[in-house]
Amino acid sequence: MDIIAKPLARRLIAVWTACLIAFLYIPIVCVFLVSFHKGRYFSFPFDDFTFDWYGKAFSSLQTQELFLISLKVAGVVTAISVVLALFGGLAFARFNWRGRTIFQHLLLLPIFFPQAVLGLALLIWLTYLGVLPSWQTAVFAHLVWIAPIATLVVSIQVYGYDAAQEEAAYDLGATRLQVLREITLPALSPGLVSGGLFAFLLSWGNFPLSFFTTGADSTVPEWLYTRMVAGYTPMVPTMGALIVVGAAAVLVAGYIFIVWRRRPIGG
Amino acid sequence: MSALAQRLAGFLHQPGFQAAVPVLILLLIGFFGPLVLVAVFSFMPARSFKLDGGPTLENYRFAFEQSYYLSLLRSFAFAAGTVAVLALVCYPVALGMAKLFGRYAGVLTLVMVLPLFVSENVRLFGWVLFLLKGGGVLAGAAKAVFGIELADMLYSNSATLMGLAYVYLPFMLFPMVLGLSMVSRDVVEAASDLGASRWQIMREIELPLALPGLLIGGLLTFVLSLGSLTESKVLGGSKVIMIAADIESAFTYGQNWPLGSALSVLLLVLAGGLVLVVLSKLNLDAILKRR
Repeated sequence: MDIIAKPLARRLIAVWTACLIAFLYIPIVCVFLVSFHKGRYFSFPFDDFTFDWYGKAFSSLQTQELFLISLKVAGVVTAISVVLALFGGLAFARFNWRGRTIFQHLLLLPIFFPQAVLGLALLIWLTYLGVLPSWQTAVFAHLVWIAPIATLVVSIQVYGYDAAQEEAAYDLGATRLQVLREITLPALSPGLVSGGLFAFLLSWGNFPLSFFTTGADSTVPEWLYTRMVAGYTPMVPTMGALIVVGAAAVLVAGYIFIVWRRRPIGG
Repeated sequence: MSALAQRLAGFLHQPGFQAAVPVLILLLIGFFGPLVLVAVFSFMPARSFKLDGGPTLENYRFAFEQSYYLSLLRSFAFAAGTVAVLALVCYPVALGMAKLFGRYAGVLTLVMVLPLFVSENVRLFGWVLFLLKGGGVLAGAAKAVFGIELADMLYSNSATLMGLAYVYLPFMLFPMVLGLSMVSRDVVEAASDLGASRWQIMREIELPLALPGLLIGGLLTFVLSLGSLTESKVLGGSKVIMIAADIESAFTYGQNWPLGSALSVLLLVLAGGLVLVVLSKLNLDAILKRR
């Protein structure tokens, strides 16, 4: 006897799940579809397929600049997040210390927080302190939201980590640095890679925080928004498609890396 | 050294605390600092950019006189609607993921997580292309295949609600899956053997045991859609104005920091109170360890 006994109920659940997946992918498919449309004004169905807009996107200095800034922000956010998440994850899940429950709850607050309001609060904060917004301040803004998420991802790995290995290494005379390098880091590396992947992808696609904290610099999602609201060009779907391709490439690379790392250890 | 200083030194020397320091510093200067500043600004005279005015409640009064509370109510209605829609839509799928799909569940999880990594703007723009009147993908296809003209669907309350449900779907679904996978098969079987109906099993076993996951999912969805900005702007157009849009225009076009701060504080106190009440009832160790 199973939890869902009736075959009809099972089939309905399967069909409903398929519908939901279709629902999730409809807009993404639309963006790709329209990015191949030649005309200046979009109208479906169309038969004038073209790659022109991709060529223009690659050759335009402005779009190169946009992608460069997005890449810079996401890269720096990833590097810092991984380091913060390593220590944060140990504090979250490895050590038993007074104040840990409070720390766990504090860490969740920025995740449970409306990002647009956080972005605006950071804008006021930076302006008040006299810091000129630029892509560097956007890195800081992203970190406030992304480092806690990366910490949670690493924590899940830390929960499954046997700290007795560290004790054993200390007993055998290893220094603190040696333990970190030879025991802790290798054991936690899958979690750190996943945390880094989350950090990169969330930063790469982020809009509400970037919008208020980049100042004169602009990331691709910001450009998309300003062009969607006013001044539509056929480049919008193309850039949208490109940012998706970028995210997918990073995801596939990360996945391959995780599988490749697992092989020699797992046998 | 006094006893208090000794206890403080003991606290600071814990390895756990020391590991937490980097993240705590980040949160202090990047999260709590800005929030305190916004809270203080909300009591400053209108349009001031310095903190030298006397404390005043005029911004809060203004917020209620100028019908800003309507946007706040609208945001709450949208957030509640999003949670309700997603609870109904996600429950069967979560049940399937937790209990039915077995080894396919992993692949399905991946398929459903992927859109989360596509910029929200791209996905909302995709919906605009899909729903656009006349030449949109849906309307164009309906006309070409069936020869029917579809009514305008964009720029309305329902389009906004759909956008919110779309964007925050994973935030409801995955905690729900986590919660439902905490329901042991044996308990359900026992209830079933004792003659419980499917409805009774759901109401008296599944829902109470899966409660932590359901609460986290509902809370995340509620708070995030409460403070959402782009969904209503892109899919609701100028007709649907939510509180985050009011806060944005007060801070930017209006150049009235104290008003924007007061509106933020109203939103945050209501949302934050809810979060703290629910979080205090949850044991995070128990939830995350299950995975």
